Order: sequence, then structure tokens, then C-alpha cells
Amino acid sequence: MSDETEKLEEAAEESKKKLGSPIVTDQKTLSSLWFDQRELNVRYLVSVEKIKKFYEEISAGKVMATKCAKCGEIYFPPQSYCSKCGSDSMDWIELSGTGELLTYTVINVKPQSFSHYPDYVVGIARMPQGVNVLAWIDGDTGKLKVGMKVRLEVKKRDPEGYLTYWIKPE
Amino acid sequence: MRRVGIIGASYTKFGERFDVNMQELAWEAFSDAIKEANIEKDTIDYFVLSNMGGWSSESLPAVIVSEGLGINPKGSVRVEAACASGSSAVKLAHDIVASGQANVVLALGIEKMRESPTKTVVEYIGRAGNFMWEFENFGLTFPGYYALYATAYMSKYSVKEEDLCEVAVKNHYYGSFNEKAQFRNKITVEKCMSSPYVAWPLKLYDCSPITDGAAAVLIASEDFIKEHKSETAWISGIGYATGTANLSKRDDFTGLEAAKRAALQAYARAGLDPEKPASQLDLAEVHDCFTIAEVMAYEDLGFAKKGEGIKLVKEKQTYKGGLIPVNLDGGLKAKGHPIGATGESMIAELYHQLLGKVKGERQTDIKKGRALAHNVGGTGHYAYVTVLSLEKGEVA
Repeated sequence: MSDETEKLEEAAEESKKKLGSPIVTDQKTLSSLWFDQRELNVRYLVSVEKIKKFYEEISAGKVMATKCAKCGEIYFPPQSYCSKCGSDSMDWIELSGTGELLTYTVINVKPQSFSHYPDYVVGIARMPQGVNVLAWIDGDTGKLKVGMKVRLEVKKRDPEGYLTYWIKPE
Repeated sequence: MRRVGIIGASYTKFGERFDVNMQELAWEAFSDAIKEANIEKDTIDYFVLSNMGGWSSESLPAVIVSEGLGINPKGSVRVEAACASGSSAVKLAHDIVASGQANVVLALGIEKMRESPTKTVVEYIGRAGNFMWEFENFGLTFPGYYALYATAYMSKYSVKEEDLCEVAVKNHYYGSFNEKAQFRNKITVEKCMSSPYVAWPLKLYDCSPITDGAAAVLIASEDFIKEHKSETAWISGIGYATGTANLSKRDDFTGLEAAKRAALQAYARAGLDPEKPASQLDLAEVHDCFTIAEVMAYEDLGFAKKGEGIKLVKEKQTYKGGLIPVNLDGGLKAKGHPIGATGESMIAELYHQLLGKVKGERQTDIKKGRALAHNVGGTGHYAYVTVLSLEKGEVA
């Protein structure tokens, strides 16, 4: 729950005691607002059945893409079928080697579910296999430059403690 | 296909609209629009509602609004094209009338973004891309996505943060004259530069705000317009395209491919020369969700050559009296950006500009009788370009 919501909840509890209803007042406009008494928490279950190999390989430190066995199109994020030619015969290839940093930013104002992290740096790198990867950048962010050489690195994301990939300046 | 025109349009005061619920907010836009069109609401054959939602409480906003406006049991649908939802609603309404299935269709956009806390809204918009591969692991935000474009653009064309701030200065200037704008304050480059970073290199004053608002556009057939002698701006061409969901699947971060395609389509349909569109238009509304977005829009629309959009800003060519006035209502930046209502509000502004009804400092001279709305959804995920004209012209 955000600080904003916590304050509203306190005010709503006060109002329930006094008025009998959870009515809060917006401090700027002085309008009356009903503070929702139903809280909805959402967590999705997203199928990765057909790209399971990505998660098997990332545990071995590799970032994988798929390549159409028929037309050669490369997909990252990995895809189990080819949108281009329609084939569902796909090979797995590793995204490795030296890439180029195309662009980057620092996320200063964060979404609710990322608010526990310090400001993080997001970049997009063009890999030698010909596809781009968007990820957090690990390393001395003060020295970042568009066009600099980078590679991919697999490590744990804390505090959640799961494996993911980073862009690392060379 | 039949010719289609706009016969009435309106948008509400934009901002933090804690004084009204969704139905009341929709009613404000709707009642002004039907008054202007001078029609009875029973005349409306079909209703297209544009709304992104998530942050607001209603899951079936088209039905909620329809009941509130008293236009049920007429048919309705809700459409979503992120920040371009409004233009997608106008396109659908246009197509329904053009096909002969209806004579009058209402396109109404609405957003109650302030029903949720700021961080939740930031989260919802950040998820508007590829959730699994770009949000879930990397926590992108809407300013963050556009900041990726800003970094690439600034690096390639040696543009400074101060230059981008000039866009905000212009849009706040015109917003100061618009009583419906969320922000009425004029700002300076210094003020913009001293605002905190939201997603480096974009600062608070580079960004459009979180906004509540509604906007309505009434769309009618040529037969209806003739019979009712309506004051009309004709829809002379709509272009549209869809970009990749993953930003990482794009080759270039200095312009929006979908917007370029949409512009060329719209020009072809409206009979405009794509080599010099600015000289054939009296004004444009462009999607300045961020300052960098307005600069890229100039280039994607062909108002400036690649890399020279920033020159238009610096030379004040998009103020009144310049090459082409842009965002005389304050734009998304100062007028506000209620996601699902922004498209209709752009088209409402152009309708009133073309008919000379804006008046005061914001009204521009109408000589060519043509205007354009450039409405982008997400970060170039959806793009719609709509050309309005005082001349009936050919069937779009």
C-alpha cells in the first residue's frame, strides 16, 4: 500500500467513526470522496510452457532467443512459432558476444510494484545476432554513452531472488 | 462510402475532477456537444466510448456512461487504443456513418485517472507495452519509454535538455489562455530545467500530467448535415498504424514508425501533398505526452526534416504566425492528458478552430480550411492521424 493510500485509509476510518461512512475530503479541491472498502490484489499466471527452455538455459547463465528453422527469422523475446512465415519449427540460439548500447534512461519515478528499488537504469542493446534486448544496466552508469560496447550478463534480481539478464558495459 | 462530418464537439475542464463521478463528467462533455449540434439526443444511432481504465472503478464504462447520458438502449461499445483511444473512437464512428449503418454517432472519451493513487497510475501506464518482457522484470514507466527515445534523439542530433523545455514553454503559454486546461501557468526554460527528473533526461515539466476529463464529438452523414444545416468540419482523411509491442523490436529510437505511416495514409486520403503538409494546414494538434514526442511528431508528420524538428521549436515556427501553429489548446502538456479522452479533445479543438469559435489569443487565422490531429497511443504502439476540412471534398 502506498503512503498516499495509507493516509486515506486513516481518514476513512475516522470518518466511519464520526459520520458512519468512509468519506474523505480531497485537500486540494475539498471534494468528498468515497474511500473504496474493497481491495483488489492482482497477480497473473502467464504461460511459459512453450518457451520453458529459456528458463532452463538462464539457470546455466545463458540468454536464449529462438530462430525459425525455415526462414531464419530471430525472435527475442523468444517465440514458439514464426509470425513471419508461419512455421512452428524453431531452434534455440544464445544471445552472446559484444553488443551496442542504443539508448538508456534512469527511472526516477517508479511504479508502485517497483517502489522498493533505488533508481534503476534501463537500456536497449543491439546484439550481434541482430536482435535488441531491453534490460537494466549494471555497472558505472555515470559513464554510459549511446553506442558503447556492452554484453549480456545473467544474475539474480534481489530482493525477489530470481534469475534475470542485465546489460553490462564492457 | 458516404461523406462524414463533425456537427458538434466539446471537452470538459481537465484536471483533478474530484467534484464529479464518471457519469457526471461524461454529461458535461455530452450536453455541451448536443447543444452545439442543436440535435435531440434521440437522434444518436450508436455510441462509441473510448476509455483505457484500470485506474478507475467502472469495468463497463460504455454502459455506465450510456445510462447516465440517457441514450440507452442504443447500441454501444468501448474501444481502447491507449492514448489514441479517442481518435480510434472517431475512426470507428466515422466508418459506421460512412458505411450507411447510422446517421449520427457519438464518440465520447472519458478518463477518471485520479480514482487511483499516483504510483498505481504510473504502474498501469508502465504496463502499457509488453507486460511480460518489458514491465515485469524492468519496471518501465511511460516517461521511461519516451526517455529512451529522448536519449537516442539527443545523442544523434546534439539536442540539449533546454531545447526540449522550449516545447513545454510554448504549450504552457497557450494553456494559460485555455480555461479548460489543467495548467494555466506560463513557465520558463529555467523553471522547466529546475524541475526534478521523472525519467532522465525527462523532467517533470517535460511530462504531461495525470488527468481526469471527458470529450465528445458528434459525427453525422452528409444527408443529415444537409437536412439540419449543421455547422460542419468534414473528416477528409484518417490514417492509422500499429507499432511493435516490445520497444526492443524497433530499429530506430529517433521517430515513431507507426506515426509516419499513419500520416502518409491520412495525407493520401485527404489529398494533401506529403512533401509539404504544413503549408496546406492552418494548424495541428500533435501528441505531446512528452516534449520529445512533440519534436518527433514534427518530423514524423513531415513538418520538418529528420533531425530538424528541434529547429522549429527554437525558431518559434509552431507558435501562431509561424510555419504551422501546434497545440494552441496547451497540448497534452498543459491542457492535460485524460488518456481515453485526449483524441476527441484534439478533434473538438480543431473543429472549433476551423469554425472560428475559439476566439481570443488561441484562435488562429483560418485560410486553408484544413487542420490535423496526430494522436499516438502508448509509445508509438498505436498511431492515428485525422485531417479535418471545411470543404466537403472527395469521399475519404
